[in-house]
Amino acid sequence: MMRIGPLEVERRPDPPVTWVLGVSLLAILAAMAASGVIFWSHGVAPLRAYGVIIRGTLFNVRALPEVVRFAIPLLLAGVGLVLAFRALFWNIGAEGQILAGATAATWVALFSPVPDPLKLPAMFLAGFLGGAAWGFLPALLKLRLAVNEVISTLMMNYIALYLVSWLVHGPWKGPQMRGFAFTDEFPPAAQIPLLAGTRIHWVTLLLGILLAGAVAFMLARTRLGFEIRVQGESLDAARYAGIDPTRTTLLVMLFGGGAAGLAGVGEVGGIHHRLLDPNQISLGLGYAAIIVAWLARGSPLAAVLTALFLGVVFTSGDVMKVALQMPARVTDVFNGLILFWLIGSERALYYRVRWVPRREAPAPLPVPDAGAGSGGPGDGE
Amino acid sequence: MEEWVLNTIIRGLALGTPLLWAALGEVYAERSGVVNLGVEGMMILGAFSAFALAQTTGNPLLGLLLAAGAGAAGALLHAFVTITLRANQYVSGLALTMLGLGLSALLGRRWEGLPLLETLPEVSAFTYLSLLLAVALWFVLYHTRWGMVVRSAGEAPAAVDTLGVNVALVRYLAVVFGGAMAGVGGGFLSVAYRPSWTEGMTNGLGWIAIAIAIFASWDPLRAVAGAFLFGALFHLSFRLQTWVAPEPLQMMPFAFTILVLAATARRGGRARGAPEALGVPYVRGER
Repeated sequence: MMRIGPLEVERRPDPPVTWVLGVSLLAILAAMAASGVIFWSHGVAPLRAYGVIIRGTLFNVRALPEVVRFAIPLLLAGVGLVLAFRALFWNIGAEGQILAGATAATWVALFSPVPDPLKLPAMFLAGFLGGAAWGFLPALLKLRLAVNEVISTLMMNYIALYLVSWLVHGPWKGPQMRGFAFTDEFPPAAQIPLLAGTRIHWVTLLLGILLAGAVAFMLARTRLGFEIRVQGESLDAARYAGIDPTRTTLLVMLFGGGAAGLAGVGEVGGIHHRLLDPNQISLGLGYAAIIVAWLARGSPLAAVLTALFLGVVFTSGDVMKVALQMPARVTDVFNGLILFWLIGSERALYYRVRWVPRREAPAPLPVPDAGAGSGGPGDGE
Repeated sequence: MEEWVLNTIIRGLALGTPLLWAALGEVYAERSGVVNLGVEGMMILGAFSAFALAQTTGNPLLGLLLAAGAGAAGALLHAFVTITLRANQYVSGLALTMLGLGLSALLGRRWEGLPLLETLPEVSAFTYLSLLLAVALWFVLYHTRWGMVVRSAGEAPAAVDTLGVNVALVRYLAVVFGGAMAGVGGGFLSVAYRPSWTEGMTNGLGWIAIAIAIFASWDPLRAVAGAFLFGALFHLSFRLQTWVAPEPLQMMPFAFTILVLAATARRGGRARGAPEALGVPYVRGER
């Protein structure tokens, strides 16, 4: 506890939900305010820009479905990342796992002998497996050889990027697509149905919501969930408790990679109906999913909300391009700023300030201010 | 053929130079106990600002100076968030990379495709200079009081704190120094190696630089070997495109990074030679 004049600052390990929500909202507002400088430097009055963006995304009948459209892959990949971060596995590879899922689904759609009625289920299965494989390798390398997973998952992103790029320029280039680096269009049986008039492929959306619920249940109610939670507190504690970090980490990454893979299936099966340039498939969704997971603060259900929020950010990129003639890259800057404000404000979560005018009683001995236990990357390694 | 080989080696060394600067910077930051995953972001900020200033003033050296400042500014943000606010170092570094890539793309649109009239005259001289720098940084790290303070801040922060060393200050300095190095590395790309500015032109070099710091066991001299090896590899992946499809070649350095990390890693446990307190915020009074 610390005293500043009449104010008392004290730690609280379990902040209430409203406080977490409030601090997160403040962080987002601060990021918006900071990105105002960018609008201003482009000759657009920041307040006008915010108005255009909010009207163009939240109060526009045409834009709202687009928000959901972007939220689908963000939710799937984000739930996978929530799980990985809970187990202290720093998976930065959702981008590559999305592409791996997209690639596997494309193979099923165009080149496999799967009969039409089974095409979509087979695509989802293949996509899950593709993403899972992409996540499994870095997990194995970390567990067996202590290879830093941040680097390996990131390298896997580049490998997936060039793999897809090679496929669409070379072996899988569609004969019907003269000159363009696309595969052929998926047959109708391999196209995920859309809600009429939108780009919302509802099957994938449903899958994402179910998955978020399932992961929440698993974390809260099952033995595996318990093991992941203990491991997330401290690897040493997990070992003492007889938990095998190898098993939990591999399962987490198989599942997390698989979930991101499903996001890839949704993108090629529901939106593009073909495999194309990797930068047009993933658009940085895998990196934005990191913000989805971090903003959700470890809760898979909260990821539904935060995925929608990042969906707004992605949609606002299009709005800015059209209405303000701003490059869509503004959203990258905004994403970076949000992340900075989020982690920067994290310590505020675990403290509360109270108005306590000084009384006659002597001030208590100052206790050295202790860490918020936010879990540095080196914790328990 | 001989000319081809020689040329490949020269260009490989040239491309290894920015990698070396960035890797040396990361070695110092991590030796002091702070992981900075923002290298890619600081390099691209350096690349952009160096090009912009060199284009405006016609002086590439001035450009490199600004690049150092841009990288240092990014690193300062990381240092504040991770050292003072004790936030998660991995996430902060990622945020820095997003911010750097986004900002440089945004500000750089005007400069895309412009020619650079004055480029850095002696590319090879710059490469030699960076070799000397590596040796100097190695000497400082292992044979001076300064180096010992940096290493101790990363190995046993509580111990040096009791000796009256300001751990936070040491870490700040090491991280900001690392950022300036990464910035110069990025600037070298845009005013010397490939005198031009394109969005995202660092293309993963920053991540490779971090990998180099790791498999060099955080040793400046070993980082030299790693940087030039990967410089050559990157250049080869470009060179061989006459015969092979470009994509599998471009994939090669990234796949090779994983292989090298796996090959040099020790079975189980921590990576070899990792600073004991790497990634752990230091709080006085806590174990």
